[in-house]
Amino acid sequence: MFEDMVTARHYEERLQEEYLEGKQPAFDISAGPIPGELHLAAGHEAAAAGVCQHLTDDDVVTATHRPHHIAIAKGVDLKRMTAEIFGRETGLGKGKGGHMHLFDPEVNFACSGIIAEGCPPAVGAGLAAKKRNEDSVAVSYLGEGAIDQGAFLESLNFAALFDLPVVFVIEDNDWAISMPKERVTDVENGAKRADGFEMPGVRVDCDDAIEVYEVAGEAIGRARDRNGPTLIEVQVHRRMGHFMGDPESYRPEKDQEAAAERDSISRLEADLREAGVTGERIEEIRTTAHDRVEEAIAWAKEQPQPDPDSAHEDVFVNPPSGVTDSEPDVGTAGGDD
Amino acid sequence: MSEAESTRELTMSRAMVSAIAHEMRENDEVFYMGEDVADYGGIFDSTQGLREEFGYDRVMDVPISETAYLGAAVGAAQVGMRPIAELMFVDFFGVAMDQIYNQMAKNTYMSGGTVSVPMVLTAAVGGTYNDAAQHSQTLYGTFAHIPGLKVVVPSTAYEAKGLMHNAIRDDDPVLYMFHKRLMGIGWMPAPEGPKTPVPETDYTIPFGKADVKREGDDVTVVTLGLHVHRALEAAETLDSDGVSAEVIDLRSLVPLDTDTIVESVEKTGNLVVVDEDYRSFGVTGEVVASVADEALGALERVERVAVPDVPIPYSRPLENEIIPSTEDIVSAIERAQ
Ligand SMILES: Cc1ncc(C[n+]2csc(CCOP(=O)(O)OP(=O)(O)O)c2C)c(N)n1
Repeated sequence: MFEDMVTARHYEERLQEEYLEGKQPAFDISAGPIPGELHLAAGHEAAAAGVCQHLTDDDVVTATHRPHHIAIAKGVDLKRMTAEIFGRETGLGKGKGGHMHLFDPEVNFACSGIIAEGCPPAVGAGLAAKKRNEDSVAVSYLGEGAIDQGAFLESLNFAALFDLPVVFVIEDNDWAISMPKERVTDVENGAKRADGFEMPGVRVDCDDAIEVYEVAGEAIGRARDRNGPTLIEVQVHRRMGHFMGDPESYRPEKDQEAAAERDSISRLEADLREAGVTGERIEEIRTTAHDRVEEAIAWAKEQPQPDPDSAHEDVFVNPPSGVTDSEPDVGTAGGDD
Repeated sequence: MSEAESTRELTMSRAMVSAIAHEMRENDEVFYMGEDVADYGGIFDSTQGLREEFGYDRVMDVPISETAYLGAAVGAAQVGMRPIAELMFVDFFGVAMDQIYNQMAKNTYMSGGTVSVPMVLTAAVGGTYNDAAQHSQTLYGTFAHIPGLKVVVPSTAYEAKGLMHNAIRDDDPVLYMFHKRLMGIGWMPAPEGPKTPVPETDYTIPFGKADVKREGDDVTVVTLGLHVHRALEAAETLDSDGVSAEVIDLRSLVPLDTDTIVESVEKTGNLVVVDEDYRSFGVTGEVVASVADEALGALERVERVAVPDVPIPYSRPLENEIIPSTEDIVSAIERAQ
């Protein structure tokens, strides 16, 4: 758990550096080595590590637009994920998906940039497990801003109705871009959304990875034992802007400072030391994590850019007969010569 | 008033906001709602300063519940208010599609014209900044395909203001689709063209009236939004080679000004249609078919330049391959004349 968390944090710090390269002093989203938007998850690590620790490669995870920490905890191939974020040919999606759309079928990981839309596919994975009589579970992540969305509420109902092995995990970081939680919902405890569906709902009030681990263990165990779904909400923190380049002028400074002070990683480190883990061992874990991240980033940056022609491939896995790519015929139409 | 006093140069976002503010001052029934429109001022600067002037009651941040707030706009409009509802990225329309294409679009017809839905749905469209397939679509065709929706697309600040005045005053639902790259946002530099002089006073640009942005004799180039600027650039490039291209900015898709297009094609004989939406079943096909209906005899050559039916890829070389560039337009014009 600790290793996943320090890997995720270092990964985010390094991505931030790489992302800003070429985008300064005046921020231009289309400059620099990493394309597109970038949503970083520093401050969310406990919610990923504490839950995914219970999962195997057969279990399904659907993540959000802020997916890196979850992907790391789920065991997504770090090198190929990084190559995808850099838009390279050997990336998980051959450079087509990018940072919000990481797919690693080897470990059953997927994500979507559309709010709450990862919930129904997770329900589908749970349904498949039930139909096939397998004991795998599905976990769907969403932000506290997503709990007002129809897809989420419909998914809760569906999973509860059919007793599906699904665990929904809300990462409550208090903000949905510029909208503070209290301005978009009257429900302080998002896990209460479960009440309307006769489903257990548990809130972990601070980003304590061990507590998350315990609560998630129970929920995942319940799902594996065919006792149906659970909704968990974990209080996490958004240490940065919503996306890189977000000026955060809407956010009170003291909130930013408070978020930066809360640190699930130092908390876990203190707990580990108290439980007798040596400083040496902790440093060793950190070094391994750092090396892994550096290696992945260095590898990704050496990877080739995709061949522009490949943009036309992969629309279908089984292209209709006679069609292998989408490039239109550039011949002229009309006229008689 | 002298010319200098009555007009000033504005970015497209400022021009949009000035029309909205004017209408809100004039009519208490006009209000704006969307995600991140109050404190943030709109992710694409579409509401900068409105909350400061009009307060949270009339510039409403709403939960991430598109079905609820787009449907609420329909409901408020049906009882006579004039809501403007912003969908941050057009790509998100799917989560609220029923409210758009069954309620907003069809209630007037099904009520035999006794119910009107005087609302504006604004949405950001377009790619060119590597945000991948769920955040870069243009989707003009999807909305123009549905009977009951008026669809307008500004290309400059001048158009943005005039079309917005008209949209708010119109008694039917209007989809106002603005390209992110034209807005003049700090983090996404705009090309030169969209910043234009804009009169201080209110003025309307009628729907269904295309604008000839450049006159020419050899080829008619029909386009809209961002690609007006690319087409103008392409036309300038070819000017030195002695090719004279006429560039038509559609400004609205529904209604579509076929008269202006046909008149131009009757003069040039050659038609190039450029669109940032998918090629099949879209704007390019519609424009060509309309000209064929009315002036088949005048058509000598036809070229279509559009996204070749692939989702928008993330990586830069891939996105560049599929979104029409100035060079793509230059070659299409060369082939067409
Ligand atoms: C259906 C839909 N609506 C709006 C958005 C734009 N959007 C992206 S992230 C976001 C805020 C999400 O907040 P939350 O769920 O709390 O997650 P966080 O970003 O805080 O991790 C919004 C509104 C979207 N991606 N999809």
